[in-house]
Amino acid sequence: MIAAFQETEEHQEQGFRPAGEAIARLQSVSKNFGAVHALRNVDLPIRAGELVALLGPNGAGKTTAVKLFLGLAKPTAGTVSVLGGNPVQSEVRTRIGAMLQVAKVPETLRVREHIDLFSSYYPKPLPLAETLAIAGLGEIKNRIFGELSGGQKQRVLFALALCGDPDLLFLDEPTVGLDVEARRLLWEQIRKLVARGKTVLLTTHYLQEADALADRIVVINQGTIVAEGTPAEIKAQTTGRKIRCVSRLDIETVRALPGVVAVRQDRDALEIRVAQAEPVLRELLARDAGLSDVEVTSAGLEEAFLSLTQNNDNNSTAAVTGR
Amino acid sequence: MKMATALTALNPAYARSNSHLAAIFWKEAKYEFLTRLRLRAYSLSTISFPLMFYVLFGLVINPRDAAVGGTTVTTYLIPTYGTFGVMGASLFGTASGLAAERGLGWLQVKRASPMPPFAYFAAKVALGMIFSTIVVLLLLLLGVTLGGVHLPLPDAAKLVAILVAGSLPFCAMGLAIGYFVGPNSAVAVINLIYLPLSFCSGLWVPIMFLPKLLQQIAHFLPPYHLAQLALGVVGAGQHESNWAHWEALIGFSLICLGVARLGFQRDEGKMYG
Repeated sequence: MIAAFQETEEHQEQGFRPAGEAIARLQSVSKNFGAVHALRNVDLPIRAGELVALLGPNGAGKTTAVKLFLGLAKPTAGTVSVLGGNPVQSEVRTRIGAMLQVAKVPETLRVREHIDLFSSYYPKPLPLAETLAIAGLGEIKNRIFGELSGGQKQRVLFALALCGDPDLLFLDEPTVGLDVEARRLLWEQIRKLVARGKTVLLTTHYLQEADALADRIVVINQGTIVAEGTPAEIKAQTTGRKIRCVSRLDIETVRALPGVVAVRQDRDALEIRVAQAEPVLRELLARDAGLSDVEVTSAGLEEAFLSLTQNNDNNSTAAVTGR
Repeated sequence: MKMATALTALNPAYARSNSHLAAIFWKEAKYEFLTRLRLRAYSLSTISFPLMFYVLFGLVINPRDAAVGGTTVTTYLIPTYGTFGVMGASLFGTASGLAAERGLGWLQVKRASPMPPFAYFAAKVALGMIFSTIVVLLLLLLGVTLGGVHLPLPDAAKLVAILVAGSLPFCAMGLAIGYFVGPNSAVAVINLIYLPLSFCSGLWVPIMFLPKLLQQIAHFLPPYHLAQLALGVVGAGQHESNWAHWEALIGFSLICLGVARLGFQRDEGKMYG
């Protein structure tokens, strides 16, 4: 409990958007598995009503963070508080829902039977029809679990997470292994949850997914949080624009131009990362009248993500960040 | 994190009503039963093996009037194959499901939910007992209809009650095994324990036909004690103290529950608190 009350002041100091009070938090949490440091001194608040995406490559520590929030793992150091208590308490568990990565679900139960059982654990579950509707399972409620497609199976697990009408949901890689169609369908359903006022922590290694769903993205790599903010803020933390052009100017000259963050030769073209495109373009055209094949794009989340995680990794080259 | 441990004490302000708890236990058991009933590898094999053995060794091979001691073979084999069937239904009903659900992540999904852990184990034990009941009743039915077995109804009821109660030690054993075997090796490990144990306890060949050494060893084997209790009902026991048999079974159950508890704590110890 002690940990739960320390939150409010601290995150205001850190200048986050006032999205609501932190209702769950990892505080200075480290988790080791033997010699492996899965998480190192992570501070991760989840505030009421937000959808946080915990974004990182495989092995970054995302699942470990979720397990700590759910009380399925014990922190090596630091404290975990969820809804003012400890996640192993029943009264906390009746207010959270979880979708975990699971290798095998009992296959001989029907969809509605799985949901009926999990609904029974909660004091005020949603009516079956409503759970089925949110998760898009109405048509297949009588099907045996083992006969479902991958996307349908994930939606059943999603339904089990939400059937108790919890305030806070943890979705660990909900769309992993799904095709584009199934992924978009699940995104729709996750948005419906947020529209109902639920708070959601979602882990993903799909950047597009974090961008599409999240109010706030927390980027994690090698057990450490390397960046956090809105999708827009995350993008702004790296170079804003990317200019691609064919030029006779040599790469060192371009790199020396004001406003240029990084330059990279890509076949016969130059890829130039800049904060603002226009001044650099003007300069380029002034120096090379023959400049051709000009393309200006905004740096996508993908690049932002790569640069953020590579910054954190001393061994990688600075190909993307140019530093 | 020391502080965190102190937080795990349950808030007394929170309590499920008894009727809600009962509803959870009921659904957990109901769906465990449906899951297993539809899983032919479990439901068909646990029921059909003892019946098949009874038909082969009781009805086909032995002439109708063959006897063990003063008891007809068809009568003698109901308690012994009954014990065999109860063991199978209980061990496979608990251990294989637990090992698979532990090993493949499903138990973790359930533990993240507000499911009371005891409901999970109770459902597995209930399953073992229900399938035990089915096996014993079908054996009796076969014996009475095709084996010429004459058993007064009170004795038959007593036999069923003893065998079904005897499912408990093996459910406890199954839970212990389920915590210490992997999802893929569970069935093999159970068979490695189940089949030799059945033979050495005199469930296949009547105990008095076993070598003296095995007869001595049998006294240390739980199925022997259950079989003797059941055989006592049809007047074919070894005339030992029933209390000694019950004590052996209860002691064995407690040991198995202790081992299962160690496994549970080991798993939970990885959790918070």
